[in-house]
This record gives sequence, C-alpha cells and structure tokens, in this order.
Amino acid sequence: MAEADPFLKRFGRNRPAAIGAVLLLAVTAGGLLAPMLSAPDPWAMVARPFLWPGSDPRFPLGTDMLGRDLLAGILHGARVSLLVGLIATAAAAFVGISIGALAGYYGGRIDNLLMRLTELFQIVPPFILAVVLVVILEPSVGTIILAIAAISWPQLARLTRAEVLSIREREYVEAAVSVGMSDRRIIFREILPNAAPPLLVSTSLAVATSILLESSLSFLGLGDPNVMSWGTMVGAGREVLRSAWYVCAVPGVAILVTVLAINLVGEGLNDALDPKRRRR
Amino acid sequence: MRRSRILAYAGRRLLQAVPLILAVAVLNFLLLQIAPGDAAEVLAGEAGTATPEYMARLREEFGLDQPMHVQLWNMLLRLLQLDLGHSFRHGVPVLELILDRLPATLLLMLTTLGVSVLFGVLLGTLAARGANGVVDAIISVGAMIAYATPVFWIGLMMIVLFSVELRWLPSGGMTTITGDREGLALVADIAWHMILPVTTMSFFFIAIYCRIMRASVLNVMEEDYVTTARAKGLSELAILPRHTMRNALLPIVTLAGLHLSTLLGGSVLIETVFAWPGLGRLTFDAVFQRDLNLLLGILFVCSVLVVLMNLLVDLLYFWIDPRIEVD
Repeated sequence: MAEADPFLKRFGRNRPAAIGAVLLLAVTAGGLLAPMLSAPDPWAMVARPFLWPGSDPRFPLGTDMLGRDLLAGILHGARVSLLVGLIATAAAAFVGISIGALAGYYGGRIDNLLMRLTELFQIVPPFILAVVLVVILEPSVGTIILAIAAISWPQLARLTRAEVLSIREREYVEAAVSVGMSDRRIIFREILPNAAPPLLVSTSLAVATSILLESSLSFLGLGDPNVMSWGTMVGAGREVLRSAWYVCAVPGVAILVTVLAINLVGEGLNDALDPKRRRR
Repeated sequence: MRRSRILAYAGRRLLQAVPLILAVAVLNFLLLQIAPGDAAEVLAGEAGTATPEYMARLREEFGLDQPMHVQLWNMLLRLLQLDLGHSFRHGVPVLELILDRLPATLLLMLTTLGVSVLFGVLLGTLAARGANGVVDAIISVGAMIAYATPVFWIGLMMIVLFSVELRWLPSGGMTTITGDREGLALVADIAWHMILPVTTMSFFFIAIYCRIMRASVLNVMEEDYVTTARAKGLSELAILPRHTMRNALLPIVTLAGLHLSTLLGGSVLIETVFAWPGLGRLTFDAVFQRDLNLLLGILFVCSVLVVLMNLLVDLLYFWIDPRIEVD
C-alpha cells in the first residue's frame, strides 16, 4: 500500500478528478439500483404525458409524450451506456494493445502489415463504418459493442506500438533478452507493465468516447430496440422538441455528465500517474 | 525548384494512395460478405421489396455463382470504373446520389474546420497567455464540457434556443424554401442557414484545438527565439502571431488532417439534426431504409475523400513551415 499512497494522494488532491469520480460513482449506483430507485420498467406508461420536470414530485424529471417516467429511463439508460462503454473499450483495448505490442516488439514485416491495417482504419470514417456494421448485423447491444470496438482499437494499437518501440530500447529489456528470457515473457513482464500508465489513461478516455458513440448510434435509431438508452430517448424526443424540449434535454444531460465524469477521472489518472507531464 | 519537388511529392503520395483505396474496396467487399443473405438481397435493400427479375439481374451481374476471388475481382473492376452500383430505393446510380450531396457536406465540413481552427487557436493562445489565471480556468472548463457533450444534443438545444424560443435562426435546411434567391442573396441565405450547424459541430473541435494550442504555445514560449524577440524589445502583440503562433500551429494542422474522417462521421449526426441536404443526411436516410448498397458506396467515397484531403493537408505543411524538407 505504501507504493499506492502517493498516487492516491495526487489523485485525491486533484479536485476535478475527485468530482469526476464522485459523479461516476453516482451514475454507476443509479444504473445498478435502477429498478429499486424508480419504476422497474422504463417503458411502462405510468402517468399523464408531458409532465414537465418538477411539476409532480412523484416524477421529478417529468414524463415523455407517452407518459413514461423520464427518471426511470435515465437510470435504466445508465446501465446500457456503462455496459457498452466498458465492454467495447475492453475489447478494443485487448485487440489494440495486442496488435500494437506485436508490431512494436517484432517490427519488420509484421509491423508493416499491422500498421497498414491501422492506417486503413484511419482512412475509413470511423463513425460511418460503425453505422454500416450495425446496419449489417442488425442493432443489438452485442452488435453495437462489436461496432464500437471495431473502430476504437486502432488508436490504442498505435499508442501501444509507440510505447513498446521506445521501451524496447531500454537497458532492462536488453538485459532480459541477453539472459534468454522468452519473447512472451519480455512483452508481458518487462514491456507492457512499463507502458501501462499511458495505456491506462487512453483506455479510460476511450470508455467516454464509446459512450458517446453508443448514444450517437441509438440517436440515429440504431439502438437495441429492447433496451432503454439515452441516445434513443433524445432521438424519440425530437418529435416533440418544439413543445416539450425537456424530453430531449434530460437524457442529453445524463450523457454529458457521464462522459465528463469519465474524462475528469482519466485526466486525473494522467496527472497522478505521470507527474512530469502534469498541466502547468 | 522547391515547387517542382513538392509536385513530385504530391505525385508519389497519390501513387501511395492506390493500395489504400484498394484496401478500402476489399473492406467493402468483406462487409458485404458478413451481411445475412446473399449480396443480391443485401444490395436490393430489404428482401422482398425487389422484383424477382431485378434480383436475378443482380445475381447475374455480380456473378454470385462464381468463386469468392472472382467476385472480389469483379467488384474491384467495377469500383475502378467508379461504378458503385444502383440504389434500389432511390432508383438511381449510387455515385450520382453521392456526388449530388457531396458539395453541401464539404461546405459544412470545411467551414466547421476553419471556424474550429480559428477559435481553437485564438482561445488556446488566450488561455496560454494567462496560464493558470481566471481566463485560462474559464476556457479550460468550457473546453472540458464541450468535449464531453454529444454533438446531436447540442444541435437540438441550439434549435430550441435560437429557432424555437428566440426565433433568430432557421432550424434546418440549406436555403429558405420560399423565394428564388440568386447570386449574393443565395450565398447570404446559405450562410444564414449554416450558422447553427457549423456552430454546433465546432464546439467539439474547438475544445480539442484549444487544448492543443494552449500546450503548444506554452512550449514554444520557452524557445530561445521567443526570448530573443522579447530581448529585442518586440511587444507581445508582435511576438505572438509571428514567432509563437506560426510554430504552435503545426500540431493543429496535423490534427485537423486526422479529423477529416471524424468530421465526415459527425456530419451524419449534424445533417440529421439540421436537415442539411448533404451526404450525412443521405446516410441517415440510407440507414432508415436499410439501403446497404448506398451505405457502402458512401463509406467508399468518404474514404477516398479522406485520402485526397490528407494529401492536401500534407501540402499545407510546406506552406506553413518553409523549413520542412520535401523528401
């Protein structure tokens, strides 16, 4: 624990990061406890339609055009946002870090091939590719995760490759090579742990991007039809934008708060893990 | 001398783009393969809506009974002839649809990029000048929030505020429907309709450029030549644009180049929100109608576009920083 102490201290002293962590905890708790904190079914029509937020204490965020509780939608929506954000990023990180590490460590033809592949993914507009993938595979939580992971890994691959390239030249890696350590062991025990800080920061920021992507896809009508999602709520609210703009506004705030919270935590990680690169 | 070297460089880069574009074509082919049903069904849009004759024609045209590599080869040949196939839904060639919508999207995208770079550079410089002061804090918090806000949502809220409540600006479209404007009046009308979508789309990019510019200016301000300029007694106002900003601008240009494909993706959301008659709106319609052939065509054309625009950005470097060697 003695080692973690200065890290936690730096992280805690960073007020924006602490605010982000609290917000993120609140969103997570809201998602986990959704059925207890509000109506168990966010699709249920529970009251008069178009109740403005604050007009009825039983429905603090109001109801939409079908009389569904917006608070229930927000809480249930937190689940799919966080789930998609986490799993898509985990998948992207797995693929990206593996490819980046292989390319950076072995260099040569493998590097060339893998880097051409990531280059291809930089040329193809990522969001449009995600849209095409979801359309082809039919919208569901699984295909949305797949599509987001498919467009998110190249960035992590590039970063990993750059880190591995610089660490590979360090003396302790040369020492490991000279004592005959296996490549796999060198990559996993010597190189990746030392590349971890920037990768961790980028991965945590990628969660925020994934959540934005999920909301954008569902806003376009490519959300899982069986799952309540913030983007879907904003998209549905467009029809009544002129008369009841809060139906769009409320879920948008939820997206904003969640993404902001993750970014703040990511920035805090960055500052705490790398004091040298701290903001001046 | 330098000019001819730059031209030769541009030519080489164009050649290098060929394998990339081929790779995009192969990606398109693979996407078709993972779609359920055979390519004819996919290309015809929703199965069942196309006539059997049309399906048979498609199957024959695509040689679906042939082995995979022959199919791929045929597809590449078609793409080389710029034949992106037919949109069953719209009843016209895909390429025609796309080229028809392309100018509107380019106008929106490039204006957004220009506005974002301009404001990002200004705000970032401002923040760096007063680093760790109140102005810096306000700009940095603003950038943090803008970076986290879904662009489609900002757009809707802008419509609520500026079109519905204040009635200052049009909520969508590219031109006013009534009245046939020409010449300058038409330009003014389009510019009028562009204010909201461009502002909306710019928030995110301004946030990024502002942060990069701030860091970049802080770095450059420590360089010797800036100290020299100060020692010569040049005023801050003279130092900033000539010595600091020009050098701090390079990372922004690099990023702006990388953002072209992000902007094309973002235009799908913006054009959907603001009913802008461009490629993005066409993409949304194609999604809605599950017009996969059109979607794949859009993906292909957008990718080619990114390749070409990246080349332009690279040429821009030579203009911004004459020290860069042409190799």
